[in-house]
Amino acid sequence: MSLIEIKNLIKTYQTGDSSFNALDDVSLTVEEGEFVAIMGTSGSGKSTFMNTLGCLDKPTSGSYHLDGIDVLSLNADKLSEIRNLKLGFVFQGFNLIPRTTALENVEMPMIYKGIPPQERIEKARYALEIVGLKQRENHLPNQMSGGQQQRVAIARAIVNDAPIILADEPTGNLDTKTSIEVMEFFVNLNEKAGKTIILVTHEPDIAEYSKRVVRFKDGKIISDKPRAEAFV
Amino acid sequence: MIDFSSTLKISLRSLKVNKMRSVLTSLGIIIGVAAVIIMLSIGEGAKQRITKDIESMGSNILMIMSGSTTSGGVRMGSGSQPTLTLKDAEAIVKNCPSVKFAAPTVNGVQQIIYSNQNWSTSVYGVTPEYMEVQLWEIESGRGLNRDDIKNNTKSALIGATVAQNLFGDVNPVNKVIRIGGMPFKVVGLLKEKGQNGMGQDKDDTVLVPVTTAQKKLFGTSFPGTVKFINIQAKDADSLTSAEEEIKELLRERHRIGKNDDDDFTIRNFTQMLETVKQASNTMAILLGAIASVSLLVGGIGIMNIMLVSVTERTKEIGIRMAIGAKSLDIQIQFLMEALVLSMIGGIIGIISGVIIAQLIGTFSEMKVAITLMPILLSFGFSGLVGVAFGYYPAYKASMLNPIDALRYE
Repeated sequence: MSLIEIKNLIKTYQTGDSSFNALDDVSLTVEEGEFVAIMGTSGSGKSTFMNTLGCLDKPTSGSYHLDGIDVLSLNADKLSEIRNLKLGFVFQGFNLIPRTTALENVEMPMIYKGIPPQERIEKARYALEIVGLKQRENHLPNQMSGGQQQRVAIARAIVNDAPIILADEPTGNLDTKTSIEVMEFFVNLNEKAGKTIILVTHEPDIAEYSKRVVRFKDGKIISDKPRAEAFV
Repeated sequence: MIDFSSTLKISLRSLKVNKMRSVLTSLGIIIGVAAVIIMLSIGEGAKQRITKDIESMGSNILMIMSGSTTSGGVRMGSGSQPTLTLKDAEAIVKNCPSVKFAAPTVNGVQQIIYSNQNWSTSVYGVTPEYMEVQLWEIESGRGLNRDDIKNNTKSALIGATVAQNLFGDVNPVNKVIRIGGMPFKVVGLLKEKGQNGMGQDKDDTVLVPVTTAQKKLFGTSFPGTVKFINIQAKDADSLTSAEEEIKELLRERHRIGKNDDDDFTIRNFTQMLETVKQASNTMAILLGAIASVSLLVGGIGIMNIMLVSVTERTKEIGIRMAIGAKSLDIQIQFLMEALVLSMIGGIIGIISGVIIAQLIGTFSEMKVAITLMPILLSFGFSGLVGVAFGYYPAYKASMLNPIDALRYE
């Protein structure tokens, strides 16, 4: 069985009398260890798809199996558990908790996993070391640059050893140089740590780092190719 | 699994960020708790004072007073016709099983003179039992005894106030004073009792043998009579039976017909004061209840600010949910925040309440008694307020949809 199996996903938004399908019969399978870039213009449905993938939003119909689990049948608390154990999130806006140090931000997923404090701190320090921010563990988000904040977010995404990392426009708020640094982390995580990475972006430069490119348009997948063939 | 120390840390931090807001919110609880403590302490103080009064009067006391005369349709009031005698007192002790002591008393105001000092005070003609019933103790010298009564000796016991006014620092024992012009020897000094509940100085008194008082001090056309008899019942339960026994005996002794009124009245002081005590208890509860309304208002303040906090931190809630916080985790975090607010308010409230109550006790006439009960009560109550009023905002936070919360700006 594949790591992610999505079949016939439909998400309908009702606005007044008219309805609109943000996702229109989307099916996708992702195997362990893949690095998928999801591309599309804004309004193409890629973000809705990502939120569904991240168990943050429920589709109107369709099926979604994550690591063999039928996640659409789960309640809110079970979904929290799935997000906590199976998924690591990296957002465009970093989404660190304000007024909370880098170390504490990285600790947070482990608090909800129920790991004792001492172990938590050790693991959080190790994760910060991986992203090269060991000496900044006591910095607050507003004391760090965008790139540093995003690296803290990556540390937070990997600290619970989640097999899948979902990154929604992770370089959207970063300059080119920092973007390259961040993308290199993702490549490393994919190649050396064997993480499955699904990345949403509208920039071809960023999608270049992936191994497979899926394009969305008007709620449908219009192409799904290995990277080598995607940009010809 | 909930990690309480981390949750507590998070709560404290978010309260610290909005210091002014946290302080103002706690203020409601601070005022409420302080008010409850002050009110209950004042109530408890009043109760203790009254209890002390009851005890200083002696316990299980009845007072028999002579009845009234009716002269040409004009009723003269209690005690106007002296009908009680020393013999009545003796008969009561002998015949009423519920009675422990009977202390017949005559009294009046007399001028006391010692060398060039004079002082007017209440003089009581008493028997040795009076000392037992009224809980008088001897500071120095001796008390009155049977021989004093039998021989109408001119012996006197003086209270602390009288001694102070006539003798100053000189030891009054064995000195001779003049009461109503007659020489009396001071045989003993009474131990100080202080004021009673009505502010009357109990030490402003002189005790002499009842027989001497009857014959020498308070001349009357009814020889052998006394103004009242103080009765001490065996115990609190026998007060009522003592009252009935005495009534029956005195009606018989005074030959009162079946349809005629008593020529005496019996007063139950303990009962009266018990009523006053109950009233002051009710008063204390009432004061406490009014004060706890402000606690309630404080609770609403907490709820208000928690709702604001939940809205402000919607995005943070979304982030926490995205990385694995369950609804219970979110709920406990906000509940903890409300609880910390109210508990800190509670602690500051207790400290300021105790201090203010102490100041009231020091600088006003009111007696204030700070006991543990209102402290624990109001602290527990403030915690309860925190949980009760924090629950709804916390619940609201935990019910947020993660994707909506995450998108909130």
